[in-house]
Amino acid sequence: MASVPQDHSHGHDHSHDHDHHPTSWTRFFTTTNHKDIGTMYMWFSFVMFISGGIMALGIRAELFQPGLQVVRPELFNQLTTLHGIVMIFGAIMPAFVGFANWMLPLQLGAPDMAFARMNNWSFWLLPPAAILLIGSFFVPGGAAAGGWTLYPPLSIQAGMGMDMMIFAVHIMGASSIMGSINIITTILNLRAPGMTLMKMPMFAWTWLITAFLLIATMPVLAGAVTMLLTDRHFGTTFFNAAGGGDPVMFQHIFWFFGHPEVYIIALPAFGVVSQIIPAFSRKPLFGYASMVYATASIAILSFIVWAHHMYTTGLPAAGQLYFMYATMLIAVPTAAKIFNWLATMWKGSITLETPMLFCLGFLFLFTMGGFTGLVLSLTPVDIQLHDTYYVVAHFHYVMVAGALFSAFAAVYYWGPKWTGWMYEEKLGKIHFWWSLIAFNVTFFPQHFLGLAGMPRRIPDYNLQFANWNMVSSVGAFAFGIAQIFFIWIVIRMIRGKSGIRAAAKPWDGAEGLEWTVPSPAPYHTFETPPVVK
Amino acid sequence: MGASSHASTAGKYYVPEPSKWPLVGSFSLLLLAFGAVGTMNKLGWAWWVLGAGFAVLLYMLFGWFGDVIKESEGRLYGKNVDTSFRWSMSWFIFSEVMFFAAFFGALGFARMHSVPDLSSIDSKLLWPNFAGSWPTTGPYIDSPFTPMGAWGIPAINTLLLLLSGVWLTLSHHALIANNRSKAIFWLAITILFGVVFLALQVYEYIHAYRDLNLKLTSGIFGSTFFMLTGFHGFHVTVGAIMLAVVLVRLMRGHFTAQNHFAFEAAAWYWHFVDVVWLGLFVVVYLL
Repeated sequence: MASVPQDHSHGHDHSHDHDHHPTSWTRFFTTTNHKDIGTMYMWFSFVMFISGGIMALGIRAELFQPGLQVVRPELFNQLTTLHGIVMIFGAIMPAFVGFANWMLPLQLGAPDMAFARMNNWSFWLLPPAAILLIGSFFVPGGAAAGGWTLYPPLSIQAGMGMDMMIFAVHIMGASSIMGSINIITTILNLRAPGMTLMKMPMFAWTWLITAFLLIATMPVLAGAVTMLLTDRHFGTTFFNAAGGGDPVMFQHIFWFFGHPEVYIIALPAFGVVSQIIPAFSRKPLFGYASMVYATASIAILSFIVWAHHMYTTGLPAAGQLYFMYATMLIAVPTAAKIFNWLATMWKGSITLETPMLFCLGFLFLFTMGGFTGLVLSLTPVDIQLHDTYYVVAHFHYVMVAGALFSAFAAVYYWGPKWTGWMYEEKLGKIHFWWSLIAFNVTFFPQHFLGLAGMPRRIPDYNLQFANWNMVSSVGAFAFGIAQIFFIWIVIRMIRGKSGIRAAAKPWDGAEGLEWTVPSPAPYHTFETPPVVK
Repeated sequence: MGASSHASTAGKYYVPEPSKWPLVGSFSLLLLAFGAVGTMNKLGWAWWVLGAGFAVLLYMLFGWFGDVIKESEGRLYGKNVDTSFRWSMSWFIFSEVMFFAAFFGALGFARMHSVPDLSSIDSKLLWPNFAGSWPTTGPYIDSPFTPMGAWGIPAINTLLLLLSGVWLTLSHHALIANNRSKAIFWLAITILFGVVFLALQVYEYIHAYRDLNLKLTSGIFGSTFFMLTGFHGFHVTVGAIMLAVVLVRLMRGHFTAQNHFAFEAAAWYWHFVDVVWLGLFVVVYLL
């Protein structure tokens, strides 16, 4: 599927001075190039993925056996809290923003993002946030320990680690808002002539809608943590019943952000899958328009279902009913997407390269996460399962097998475009099967643990849970090692160890402008916009 | 961009040169965050960090906006960039709307749910004497206050902001009509009204603390009152600074009758701040 690079003069003229770009590593500090910035996002994401992974392994090491042996309960709570925040804000979101930075201008036929300088700021805000988060482990009292959702009253009583968390959230929020404004503006205003909205690649559509969700919800989270901060230090009583406030109010405001956040993570993953499945089925995406409408429907519904995270807070019965039915409604557009992906594969000439394997893994496992989500949307069931390992299993099926698997798929799919080299197919396949098995060994037993009543976020447990916890911990370490293997594969790809140069279009079923430029994509692309017919 | 061989597309897009300002800005926020965490936790050295953070932030703002103004006056921005600016400013204002929505939501939740709930039959065992009327300090804070009346300073402030919106429009129309001195005059008046608004707001706060015993710590009423009006006041300050920069640029001969998006962006922001105030006046002061 690969060949020698094609003629570099494709698409634009190289005879003048455009390619005299800086090549020193210090250029990354001041760069205004979307490819440089996309690359930085991805490396940052990987570093945070490993950090959050180490925290997860700390949790699983402690839970390997009942009783307390590896970490103190205080540290255990800090690990669960920071694992959540680091993985969501540090690993998954920046990974997809990295893909957006690299791929959107290429897919839309734009020379760069709309605001190239601000783009770099969006990235460079992340390291200070990471310093605040990781650094908070080392301050008196340790890191925030009340769970990633930062619920009061715990978050109001906590030490200065919580303040560092709050400011980290502010900084990451500013980064997300600027990044999203950039993405929306790029999509709305920098498309090549002839590329109407309904001709855009699905990845651009999902990011357009995701960016809207981010702009709408990140400021709400900023408001929520600001109220936490003033409750902590300036004597306000937003979340304190003694002053007429209500801790449950925080949950409402938080989940008004938090539920759309789930789709902020999921939608770009859907976009990636919608690019890859047609490419390896050698058929156009089935039901493109319905995909767009389904994505928009999911986004709109995500704003009106937030209290399904709060069934046990004493919502009135009418509220519980409303949120239950509204939540179930999300299954409709989501199922439309799943059916469209299946119909795309139907009678296609499917080949199973690594990106496609990860997408198939995504399809199976994300659908399972969706089904357990449907189970949890039922108020009476959720009241039993709330804060058990069933919930943990559910959202890891969505977050890891959903978002993370599609991120892996994206790296294998677009990696040749970024590096100019093919990855080693055999290693990619091993990474996939290793991850798939280890993932299921880790998280499938957690369904049983949750159904049997094991609570989440507790470092010790009853003896009856011992066997499945041991299995889960073994799976977690195997999954962790698989990701070290992954980075080795990526580094080998960058160094060209496969010996196979990537063609401009290494996947014969792939569609889109990104495959019309050489691999690796030159530093500057589409300075003259291509015309889309 | 702007290479001569691309005459047909030169100026369609603009990709700036590498810039240090994003990195400087991030460094300032790192200092500000550590400074804020430190000062809030009573660490003496933190004030220096906080101060340094502000200094670096100012340096970045001057440098970055300076670059943008230079590029704009150098006619590097074409029609496409102008459209990008319009989209981005609109979405930025939308994000600000959502930020205020969180605090309006908190006020609504407190009034419609948490305060009535704390005085309901369910809470009688815990708070037997809590009446649940509004305004309130909540059931456990015993520090009676007088709420701020709507028809004194707040009403005057409403009038000031509404009028400032009119003066701003007069200035804009004058700029479009190429009447620069008139544009400068009305813009200066707009800023003056904004500054008077802020001065009255400060006076109102002093009055609240000194005479009404209405404080940030006065339970949920004080919390929502000061946080909503405070964040609004902060946004008026930012808006007034934006307008002041635009005023200076007008006096230096920047902008043309056709091309003055910085003016329009600041004006949009000012009107947004105005609309938030109307919401505040009704929800915080009147109801």
